[in-house]
Amino acid sequence: MKQVHEVHFITELFGKYDGSSLQSYLEAGGFKPLQQLLAGGSEKILKEIDESGLQGRGGAAYPTGRKLRQFLSEKAPRKFVVCNADEGEPGTFKDRELLRRNIYQVIEGMIITAVCTQAGEGIIYVREEYTNIHDHIEQAIESCYQHNYLGKNILGSGFSFELRLFSGAGSYVCGEGFAMCESMEGKSGRPRTKPPYVKQAGFLNLPTLVINTETLSAIVSIIRHGAHEFRKYGTAESPGTKLISVSGKVERPGVYEIPFGLTINEIVNGLAGGMKNGKKGNFVQIGGASGGILPARLWDTKYTYEDFSRAGMSVGSGAIVVADTETKLLDYLKVVQDFFNHESCGKCTPCREGNRQLRIIFDKIAAGTATAEDFYRMEIVLDVMGSTSLCGSGKTEVVPFNTAIKYFPEEFAVFAEFEKRAVI
Amino acid sequence: MSKELELLTDQVCAGYGYDPVNLLPILQEIQQRSEGNYISEEAARIIARKLNITESRVYDVVTYFSALSAVPRGDVIVQICNSTTCSICDNRELVTWFEDELGVKVGETTPDNKFTLIYTHCIGACDIAPAVRINHDVYGGLTREKVRELVASYRAKEAVK
Ligand SMILES: Cc1cc2nc3c(=O)[nH]c(=O)nc-3n(C[C@H](O)[C@H](O)[C@H](O)COP(=O)(O)O)c2cc1C
Ligand code: SF4
Repeated sequence: MKQVHEVHFITELFGKYDGSSLQSYLEAGGFKPLQQLLAGGSEKILKEIDESGLQGRGGAAYPTGRKLRQFLSEKAPRKFVVCNADEGEPGTFKDRELLRRNIYQVIEGMIITAVCTQAGEGIIYVREEYTNIHDHIEQAIESCYQHNYLGKNILGSGFSFELRLFSGAGSYVCGEGFAMCESMEGKSGRPRTKPPYVKQAGFLNLPTLVINTETLSAIVSIIRHGAHEFRKYGTAESPGTKLISVSGKVERPGVYEIPFGLTINEIVNGLAGGMKNGKKGNFVQIGGASGGILPARLWDTKYTYEDFSRAGMSVGSGAIVVADTETKLLDYLKVVQDFFNHESCGKCTPCREGNRQLRIIFDKIAAGTATAEDFYRMEIVLDVMGSTSLCGSGKTEVVPFNTAIKYFPEEFAVFAEFEKRAVI
Repeated sequence: MSKELELLTDQVCAGYGYDPVNLLPILQEIQQRSEGNYISEEAARIIARKLNITESRVYDVVTYFSALSAVPRGDVIVQICNSTTCSICDNRELVTWFEDELGVKVGETTPDNKFTLIYTHCIGACDIAPAVRINHDVYGGLTREKVRELVASYRAKEAVK
């Protein structure tokens, strides 16, 4: 296997400055991209983002340039930019590192986004689980206010932008745009039906742009170095770099910035130092609890949007959870199912009732009483959930189960075994 | 008690302009400052009145979010992650260590009302799995001995209060 290295495009400033000091951020070249924008106008910046081919890093992979332009065309007296730092997908902790080690770049990304889309108010929506870094974020916001990077008439540009932190309260579904708006309005975080979309009628029914922490950070680096530098990494369909969170049974779990196109093998056995204690790889789950299960025999699959799509999964949140052969696939899927059972907001029937059915089936599997009929029922439930659920949660929850059935059919043969045993 | 609660609620709600849009931070702050680390039925009633919203809305929100509680809890909340990575990294040992040290099972509160031991979903500390969150701080790479020391240090902190 060829030697693989991390790259440092988005994470360029990690460790290069005292992450809590605005002054040292400025000395490291911080806020130059904003100056570029204020001097050259937003059209140039939007073009750069278009050309970079940057896709949203929150999971849906929507082209960021197009997203910003659509939001720019929404006209209203008040418009909001919301940084999605809810990071709720199990196995994901890369936004945590961006907030901890380079919060000023996240804030700069928000200001640039706000100026380019003519939004006057911003919110950083941070998950409650990260309460231990809330102060750090609020201090950075405060420093930016003191030096007029935030507030009225930023650096004499005539543009004003107000920014604050909002703490979630422990709910996975609140990472979804509408659910997030609902929770910020003091309601339980349940998604609304579309249309209208969040960009048209989100927080307080006003135009709202929900954008991921890493996407915002990437925007700043792209302006700093140019779209062509970004495109030197990755593939034609997956340009640039991506932050991944590698965890589980590897020697060196952690956050790595990679060019798109490395293989899972290169990530697991190269960057992450190989399987822990030399054990045998079993599978990885890609992109969070709602991500696909990829068996070790397919770890030469490339980490790109297009290769994953062919394998029936997606990049998702950038999580890679690595399991060795000590983890039984069906036990793992039960943990995944428990998660959704707990987090399903209950608003729509397919997801709420589907999860109840899945739970019954997985309990039967654990008790050794599942039958072939339960397996067929599971397939029907998954089909209905995936195609008719209201929000992305119910729609994507089926991916781990479907990919597990596809790649590990032998694991599901136990259903038939159980049945045989029951008959005897 | 009731008067104190009325005062606390009013103070917090006033800080947020009595605007129900701010229900989440209001509940988080009142819970944090309340005996028992929860939103009692009485508190919910007062909050609803102050913000001019229904009690059922307050109750809906309190029971929806995992960081809010409608039942009393210990001052120190010990949350053991049981999500994907932590389950792969065998969090069961960690559970027994904390159960032994605290003398309660997961889901219970110690008789002195100091500690509540519960499971949590992913807390974004998968790089140090199996992970545990104690109030706002997160720990990983624990051993039996470290769990003993950790619990002792929180006990000592609680004793000072
Ligand atoms: C159930 C659910 C949970 C989500 N959680 C997150 C999250 O934690 N962080 C995030 O950035 N996006 C999350 N998303 C995606 C967001 O809805 C949204 O697409 C994203 O923040 C847009 O930002 P982007 O364009 O930068 O990707 C979630 C979506 C769903 C349906
Ligand atoms: S799919 Fe699940 S989480 Fe989404 S709205 Fe329906 S019940 Fe709620």
